[in-house]
Amino acid sequence: MNKIIKTIYSFWSTSIAIEMEYRFNIIIEILSLSGNLIGSLFTLSLFYGPNTNLGGWSWPSSLVVLGIYTILDGFTISILQPNLSRIVRHVQNGTLDFVLLKPIYSQLWVSLRLFSPWGIPSVFVGMILILFGIYYNNLIINFQTIICFLTMLFSSLLILYSLWFLIASTSIWFVKVWNANEVLRSTLVAGRYPIYSYPSLLRRLFTFILPIAFLTTVPAEALLNISSPSWITASVFVSFSFLNITIWFWRYALRFYTSASS
Amino acid sequence: MTAISVRSISKSYQISEKSPGIKAALMHMFVRKTKNILAVNKLDFDIEEGEIVGFIGSNGAGKTTTLKMLCGLIHPSSGSINVAGHIPVLRQNSFLNKITLVMGQKQQLIWDLPPLDSLRVNAAVYGLSNREAKKRIEELSTMLELGNELYRPVRKLSLGQRMKSELLAALLHRPSILFLDEPTLGLDINSQIRVRKFLVEYNKKFGATILLTSHYMGDITSLCKRVLLINEGKLFHDGMLLELTEKLSPYRCVNIELTSPIPREQFIQLGNIVKYDQNLIELLIPRSELTNSLTTLLNNFPIKDLEVKDPPIEKLIGNLLEKGQINL
Repeated sequence: MNKIIKTIYSFWSTSIAIEMEYRFNIIIEILSLSGNLIGSLFTLSLFYGPNTNLGGWSWPSSLVVLGIYTILDGFTISILQPNLSRIVRHVQNGTLDFVLLKPIYSQLWVSLRLFSPWGIPSVFVGMILILFGIYYNNLIINFQTIICFLTMLFSSLLILYSLWFLIASTSIWFVKVWNANEVLRSTLVAGRYPIYSYPSLLRRLFTFILPIAFLTTVPAEALLNISSPSWITASVFVSFSFLNITIWFWRYALRFYTSASS
Repeated sequence: MTAISVRSISKSYQISEKSPGIKAALMHMFVRKTKNILAVNKLDFDIEEGEIVGFIGSNGAGKTTTLKMLCGLIHPSSGSINVAGHIPVLRQNSFLNKITLVMGQKQQLIWDLPPLDSLRVNAAVYGLSNREAKKRIEELSTMLELGNELYRPVRKLSLGQRMKSELLAALLHRPSILFLDEPTLGLDINSQIRVRKFLVEYNKKFGATILLTSHYMGDITSLCKRVLLINEGKLFHDGMLLELTEKLSPYRCVNIELTSPIPREQFIQLGNIVKYDQNLIELLIPRSELTNSLTTLLNNFPIKDLEVKDPPIEKLIGNLLEKGQINL
């Protein structure tokens, strides 16, 4: 365990060092990030008026969903996007060879090798939005609710990671799969709003086919004390099932890895 | 003790073929013509601990495929491999700690950061303490004559400095078996010599086994007594480098210095004239006719000096690699 922590620390510290290498880039990133956040808040203000009710969800409750979505977006920017887009390049250039020859679990390497600090502000903004949601809902949060919410949030992160990873792993066969990940990212935007705001058919699709409901609405329900134990159990079950599928799938995909020619 | 044992390994790939042009591209979308390529065909060899063995052959002969099977990166279609007591394809951590693969045409160093940052990552992955990693970096950088280069971003280093840093990164965990695929590719002659010297030093110091592929014959002749020559996936020669000369060339090279010039025509019946420059003549004479030709030369020509030698191995193998085939 100590080795894994030390390794991840070395991974992420070198990633941050790479970002620091290009000083001008930092300014560009900060500007683009600020622009994005201002844009999102503006869109949000247009979408939700104080008396808007979406699928039975009030404005403050929807704010919690949006907060969770923003946290997941930060996670995507910091971890998923830099690492999983790189799997494709590793396969194309044959540098996956170096990863596979290291005495470390290769899925861990390809999933956590890079860390981009540009997702951190989104995580903070997401947390602020959630706090606003709690405040406007006049919620009293106890320890049990926090544990329940954090478990649900962790499940969401696992599901999101698994979906991205499953698509990225198919690059072993198809090599150019990056567009598929972009499609996934665009679809996951649906998680910005409570699942109940969609028509019945889409709701079923987002629950049983693409588990978008488990990404944002279920954790939000946990925080708002309106979730049922069965949903919480289902969420944990779905996330661990997805994670196990990724582990199995990566091992299976590697059997077909032929390594790029010299 | 045997470090690497290979028994009848083969590797075949299925590839799809496509003719040029838009029509062929459209057809290729729907109907794919596939073909099985036998990249490696029943290879058998053993390598003892501490040996440095050259693995040579023309492009596409199957060298890199074999190296990747020995590392466990790709599965052999048939046959068995044992490296340091392990089955490579299982890629157990105990196996990965004992081996390394250096590829001259690919790099593992982080492009935008100094090599030291990549070394820090490798040290963590191999579970080395900071103290141990520092000690090993100092030791290897001295052997490789690397100093301030370790503090400069990789993108600012010369090819030679980069290759030396790559070697340092690949050897930080002190592997006992080294698979080197064209480690001197693109390097200038001084860097090539430096890398060769380092490999000899590493082999002596740590008793490492080295299997090396290179298209630079200088690497092979200066590092390897034994060579494996592979052609179209098959092992053509496994033995001493000198024995390969005899196998590849049924001729011997005869250098003659005359006291007075003799017309060129008189040498034609003795062998192939490689060089004719007044008193200096170079002939290639078939081994079977060597005794008769030498007797004729000594009895009938005004010889001042005469030398018989094998054609240079670099030239022989160089020709072989250039032609891409072995003609016997």
